[in-house]
Amino acid sequence: MSEAVIQLVDVVKSFKSQVVLDRVNLEISTGRTTVIAGQSGQGKSVTLKLILGLMRPDSGQVLVNGRDISRMRKRQLDEVRTNFGVLFQGGALFDSLSVFENVALPLRERTKSSRQEIRERVMETLALFDLTGHEDKYPAQISGGMKKRVGLARALQLEPRIMLFDEPTTGLDPTKSMEIYQLFHRAQERFGYTSIIVSHDIPKIFNLADQVVILQDGRMHRFNNPEDIHWSDDPGIMDFVRLTMGQIYQSEQMER
Amino acid sequence: MILNRIENLGNSTIYHVRDMGRMGLFLAFTVLGIFKRPFRFAALIKEIRLIGANSTVVIFFTAAFTGMVLGLQGYYTLRKFGSEGMLGSAVSLSLIRELGPVLTALMVTGRAGSAMCAELGIMRISEQIDALDCMAIDPFRYLISPKFLATLIAVPILTLFFDVVGIYGGYVAGVKLLGVNPGAYFTGMEHSVLNEDITLGLIKSVVFAGLIAWICTGRGYFVQEIRDAGFGAESVSRVTTQAVVLSSISVLVWDYLLTALML
Ligand SMILES: Nc1ncnc2c1ncn2[C@@H]1O[C@H](COP(=O)(O)OP(=O)(O)OP(=O)(O)O)[C@@H](O)[C@H]1O
Ligand SMILES: [Mg+2]
Repeated sequence: MSEAVIQLVDVVKSFKSQVVLDRVNLEISTGRTTVIAGQSGQGKSVTLKLILGLMRPDSGQVLVNGRDISRMRKRQLDEVRTNFGVLFQGGALFDSLSVFENVALPLRERTKSSRQEIRERVMETLALFDLTGHEDKYPAQISGGMKKRVGLARALQLEPRIMLFDEPTTGLDPTKSMEIYQLFHRAQERFGYTSIIVSHDIPKIFNLADQVVILQDGRMHRFNNPEDIHWSDDPGIMDFVRLTMGQIYQSEQMER
Repeated sequence: MILNRIENLGNSTIYHVRDMGRMGLFLAFTVLGIFKRPFRFAALIKEIRLIGANSTVVIFFTAAFTGMVLGLQGYYTLRKFGSEGMLGSAVSLSLIRELGPVLTALMVTGRAGSAMCAELGIMRISEQIDALDCMAIDPFRYLISPKFLATLIAVPILTLFFDVVGIYGGYVAGVKLLGVNPGAYFTGMEHSVLNEDITLGLIKSVVFAGLIAWICTGRGYFVQEIRDAGFGAESVSRVTTQAVVLSSISVLVWDYLLTALML
């Protein structure tokens, strides 16, 4: 029990009459990687926002380190959030700041590092993400894939304990997304953070996962092992497997 | 039918009460944000430049022509009583007590208030404010309080600038064009303008500045909570228009209230 950093307990979330999450339970253990998959509009981003305290559940609890964040005051919530690193689905870059300033912002505002230290740190991270030479551009001047990478670079700056990635590789070419996954793997080995990845990159992403959660019709289906998904007898999951993994297997066959 | 109406009335009452509560808390957080460390001095300077320095041209022309019109109108009215000598005091009192603060506030609302509202609205819908929250960077300290403080600093200065330019505008119209005695224009002014008048003008301009900054940043920040605003870019444009209208009206209402209170 004490191992779980994040726990959703009987969480219900609805918008007007649409029930997005219907009494879901989820447990995420320290240092592990959880992949959340599911068709578009099933509530993956909503789940992340609940964990971040950006939305509050209609009922149920969202526990981070055993404390319910849906009942927290702002100051306590900020304290919890210092553990998080987040990549938003849309990137959420500050569009009036340059790439450099975007990545430097968390260091400037939350640490006491000197200008020189910040400069070095940021340039190092930008190099890691293949963004050297673009540091003076503004978000409106870079490509979608580059925005993703800037968002990732920014999220990793404060060496967070918990990383939440909302579709980190959507819009990247296959080599780039492979590189990003390798980067995740290395960064995680180094920093040992817990990560939650929302992704459509199925089944590639499963190599990284310690558990896979598939969201379907307001419910979460949890699999300890990616192979188990194939044996699920839930019709929704079967559909999902056929639509996502089937396609990829098919295209692999066609290449041969 | 009747039940429906009662329900609508109830809903809209709840909405407005909530809205006021939200805006009240927003103001409190904004003021608290001014005192949070580290203070963003660079942001304050940038905002003062945006709100203040960039408005000087607009304010200059508004003030010059307002002063000149006052000079003309004042001259024709005062001449009927044979007291053209009072022109200086008439022009300067109306500018310092009323027109300076009000017109400056209205110009700033149109130029800077709308910009603040749209900026925050866009940051809200593109999740940039959520991103700040998630990095545990207080959006009030980081974004909103510098704008608020900058408006409080810039608007009174612009108002003084407006007054001075307006008084010279009146001088040009009255003395240079219509031939009022130049000595009388300025001595009349010196005798009739009291410290109280200047204080009233400054108090007004500070209150107006607070109103503009509060309403415009608040509406932008809450762009997604506002009823019937729609979504996305459309919601930002509607809410910005609404914020400009609301702050202009508030400026005029408070102008009346403050005048009545301090007379
Ligand atoms: N603020 C909101 N107001 C109303 N409905 C919302 C809101 N946010 C999300 N929803 C609804 O909740 C559902 C889940 O949205 P969510 O963004 O979590 O989908 P998702 O699983 O992340 O999809 P995708 O893979 O396309 O990103 C959608 O049907 C959406 O319409
Ligand atoms: Mg999503």
